[in-house]
This record gives sequence, C-alpha cells and structure tokens, in this order.
Amino acid sequence: MSYVIIGNSTAAVGAVEGIRKYDIETPIVIISDEPYHTYSRPLISYYLGGKVAEENMYYRSRDFYEKNKVKPILGIKAKSVDFDKKEVVLQDESKIQYSKLLIATGGKPFIPPLEGLDKKNVFNFIKFDDVKEIEKVAVKGSRAVVVGASFSGLKAVEALVQRGVNVTVIDIMDRIMPRVFDETASSIALKTLREHGVEVLLKTTVEKIIGGENAEGVILKDGRELPCNFIILAMGVRCNTDLVKDTKLKINRGIVVDDRMRTNIPDVYAAGDAAEGYNFIEGRNMEIAIIPNAYRQGETAGENMAGKERLFNKGFIMNSMPLLGLSIISAGLSESGEGIRVKAIYKNRENTYKKFYIRDKKLVGYLLINDIDRAGIYTDLIRREVDISLFEDRLGEEGFGFVSLPKEMRKERMLGG
Amino acid sequence: MENSNKVTRRRIYSREEVCVGCRLCEIYCIAAHSEYKNDLIKTFKKISKRRPLPGIIVEERKPISFGLQCRHCEEPECVKACITGAMQKNPETGVVTNDAARCIGCWTCILACPYGVIRRDYRERKIASKCDFCMENGGEPVCVKNCPNEALYIGNVVEESNMVEESNRGFREMEGRA
Repeated sequence: MSYVIIGNSTAAVGAVEGIRKYDIETPIVIISDEPYHTYSRPLISYYLGGKVAEENMYYRSRDFYEKNKVKPILGIKAKSVDFDKKEVVLQDESKIQYSKLLIATGGKPFIPPLEGLDKKNVFNFIKFDDVKEIEKVAVKGSRAVVVGASFSGLKAVEALVQRGVNVTVIDIMDRIMPRVFDETASSIALKTLREHGVEVLLKTTVEKIIGGENAEGVILKDGRELPCNFIILAMGVRCNTDLVKDTKLKINRGIVVDDRMRTNIPDVYAAGDAAEGYNFIEGRNMEIAIIPNAYRQGETAGENMAGKERLFNKGFIMNSMPLLGLSIISAGLSESGEGIRVKAIYKNRENTYKKFYIRDKKLVGYLLINDIDRAGIYTDLIRREVDISLFEDRLGEEGFGFVSLPKEMRKERMLGG
Repeated sequence: MENSNKVTRRRIYSREEVCVGCRLCEIYCIAAHSEYKNDLIKTFKKISKRRPLPGIIVEERKPISFGLQCRHCEEPECVKACITGAMQKNPETGVVTNDAARCIGCWTCILACPYGVIRRDYRERKIASKCDFCMENGGEPVCVKNCPNEALYIGNVVEESNMVEESNRGFREMEGRA
C-alpha cells in the first residue's frame, strides 16, 4: 500500500515532508500532469523576467523524490478517483491503489467568457508552460495587454517591463491590487508603474479579443481599441477540483477540509489552492491561495496521513511582493469594517506607507510598503491573537520590535524558537 | 509506525539586564562574515559597499537594549513560507540557512519570521540575510564569544530530528508501480 498525492507543487511537497517526519517506510506516489520536477510556481515571473534560469526553478533539490522514497509519475493526468475501491485512474487507464490519498491539485485560472479567447497568443499566467510560451512572443518592443492588476498580473507586468515589452494593464476596479490596496497604496504603486512606462487603465475591462488567427488587440468596455501582440489573462485563480467534481467528495468553492485536512471521505485529504480550509481571521472556511498556507496545509495533511494528530487552524492571507523596486507586504484583513479600527502612517518623502487593522484589542491585518523590515513580528501578533492594547500606540513606530512589547511578553517570546 | 528521535540543539539567548548596547556583537559578526575573516580593521577600513550585514539585530529603547538573531526554530516559519525552497533547515545541524543562489529577494521570509531577524541584503543580487550560527567559524557564534558582558549566551533546546536523514541514505530504486 502507499500514500498517493495528486499534485506536485507546494502542498504536495509539504505533505511529503510531513509524512516523512513520522513514516519513512511506506512508499509515496506523486501524480502530476506536468512533466517537471517539483518547481516553484511564483518563480515563473522571475523566469520570464530573465532573473531565474530553468535549472533554478525547482522547489526542492534534484534528489528530493529519491531521498524521500517518492515515486513520481509525471506528465500523466489523473483522470478520476474511485473512492470505494481506493484507487486513482490515470489518463492511460492504469490504476494506482492508495491507502491514504491527498488531493493537491492547486488552482486554475479564472477565465471570463470572452469573444476571441480561442486566438493564439492569449495566455494564462500560472504554470511554467505558460511562460515558456509567453517568452517566444514577449520580445523587446512588442506590445502586451495584461488583464488583471492583482498579484499575478502585476508580477507579469514587471517581468514584461524587464524584457522591454510595452505593457498596458487593465483592471475593472478603481485601484490596483484592489483586495489589498486602498487609494493611498494604489497611488504609490501607480506612480512606480508609470515611471516604468506601464500604461494602467482602471475601471474598465476587456469586451473582446480581436485579430485573425493571432490576437491583434482588445476592445474595451468603453469602446476603446488597444492593438497588441499578445494578451495575458491574470484575473485570479479558482480551486481546481475538476478531477473530483460530481463525486461524493464535499466541495464548496474548494474541497472542504477540517483542521487536520481531512475531507468528508475517510483516508482522503486535501490541501493547498484546491482546498477550502479554516481562515481564523474571517472565522470561516475559504480558499487561501498562498504558498505559506499551501505548505502548512500540505504538511499538516502529511502528518495526519502518517497517523500523527496535528492541527492547522491558523490559516490566513499573507503576501509579500516586490514590484519594480517597491517592497510590499500584507497580511490578514485589508479592509475596514464594523468594529475595526485603522491606523495609517504615510510618509511622502520616504515613499513609505503602513496601515494596521485592529479588532477588539487584536491586530487582524496590516499593509506595509517599502518599510517592511521586521514585518513578521506583526504577522506573529496576528497569528497568535495577542492582546495588543498595552502597546497599540507603538505599532508602526520607527524601530518597532521586541523592545516595543511589554517586558514579560518580550522575555517569553525571546526564549522561544 | 511512528519513530521519533530527540536531538539537542544549541541556541543563542540574550540577557537584556546586562546588555549595554555597545554593538560589539554586530561588529564582530560583520567581520567574521567579511572577506577579511575576523579582521576588524580591514573589514571596516577597506570595504564599505561589500561589507556584510550583521546577522544580529540590536534593539534599543533606552535604557533597554538587547541583541536578537535567528532562533533556528524547530518549526521554522521562514522555511515553510519560502517560495523557492532557498531557505532550509539543515537536518543534521538544525541550522536554518538561506541558499543565496536560489533566493530571489521576494521577502516572504521577512513576512513570515516571528522574530523579525531577517534583513534585506541589496549588496549584489537582492537576497535575504540572517544569522548562520557561524557555521563557517566552526559553529561558535562570534557575537557570543565577543560580548563583553555575557549578555549573549548559548543554551540547549531539545528538538525532534528529521527521520529521513536518520534512516539509511540512498534508497533503492522503487520497483514497479506502488
């Protein structure tokens, strides 16, 4: 018998490492429709920007599978799962028996119904193969339209700028990074984007893609026409649950899991972007499509699959993104609401911005631009739900650190690790 | 099926009661990691741009001061959060190290580290920089050795070891499909 993992990215690797903490005997099979050794998804923008070579795309060392007794089946898609027979059926009709199964199929791009989607040179921005195609057309002096100005769209924009491509980025909202940024943060980033020659169009969207066989431009909702050589769609990800839809597996937006990453079917676990785990700040199950969360969920699934009872119920959104020389870090909530107090510090001269979201004596979110040093201390205050009332006034102060905390708290923390 | 091995690891601790904020720990740390290996004079006279960042952070809010560096955590948040796999905990030594060749300076480790002890190093390529427990100095941290007040000291912690490394290395090729 063996552990079977469908997926080969962050959550899958976390699961392998989680299993191998406690069980070094039972074989693990990894099934992935991509032919590559486990690689880092976010590195695709760095690859496209010429900052990372293909041999540095891997997420774990070359001997990772061998060292961890993993049998990788790569480049073959899992077609279906028979939960009663406990087997995974592959595209080539072969069957793999499992004793414990982890579904870590990640995310898939959200693609709106658009006229002209079938034309060549319309790309997603999620997988390695996406950028391998994009690099063929993203030549110096070419024109690109990027649809979506959130994390992945902006990372695509940055990579294209580094390649000398003329970029227009479009978002339907009135600001960029709409889920994380307010007006102030958006204007800081807009200034940087425009300094790099990026055209940003807000409050509009693409109505249709025009051209012959190849995409040659887009028509916007307001009737404007933008000629371009290629288009990148970066409008977010959805949980990739295609493999298991219409089965007895409980799926909401993602595969519903408990705090041990168990699904509603015995011996079947889910983790990463495909799963819907508990977000303790929002107080509900939801997809948390970020790497640190995928790893922690995967690791927790692995530990539990190996028979160890380990809980992970501290999921929340966190992101770090360098963008054309800006450093941007955010975690937790990023909008005001009932019962939430906000503290914001904007320094025009230093081009720094800090914003904190506080709910009943606890820090529940923050955003930092440029002055990001020691951000993790704030993340930790959120994670451990610390009562900050004794030092709330010090949040965001120059030199904020352990020295800003009450002595007992500081001493207790500094003995940890 | 569960195996578990306990190992003892060393960790650097700080005593704020006797720290005077002299920052000698920073100075010695910089020198130990410079190309002039532990030569203070050369480190500080000859190089400025290439000078390494200190792996220790001295916090100060008069009259309090203390040094703080990477805890080389048993469950390192930075390692779990790292998007490239550059940040790894060495299964044998327990030391958490950033592989400069694979770090791309995305600062996710800075977002994740509960101790705020990772710095942004912009000297050449953007990379994350932190305490390496002086592994190249034989695992004897120079900050501890050179603290005039013994405000930094080494204590022991017990951690679970990594089973994969404890087991036989170089597994046989697995035969056939599982």
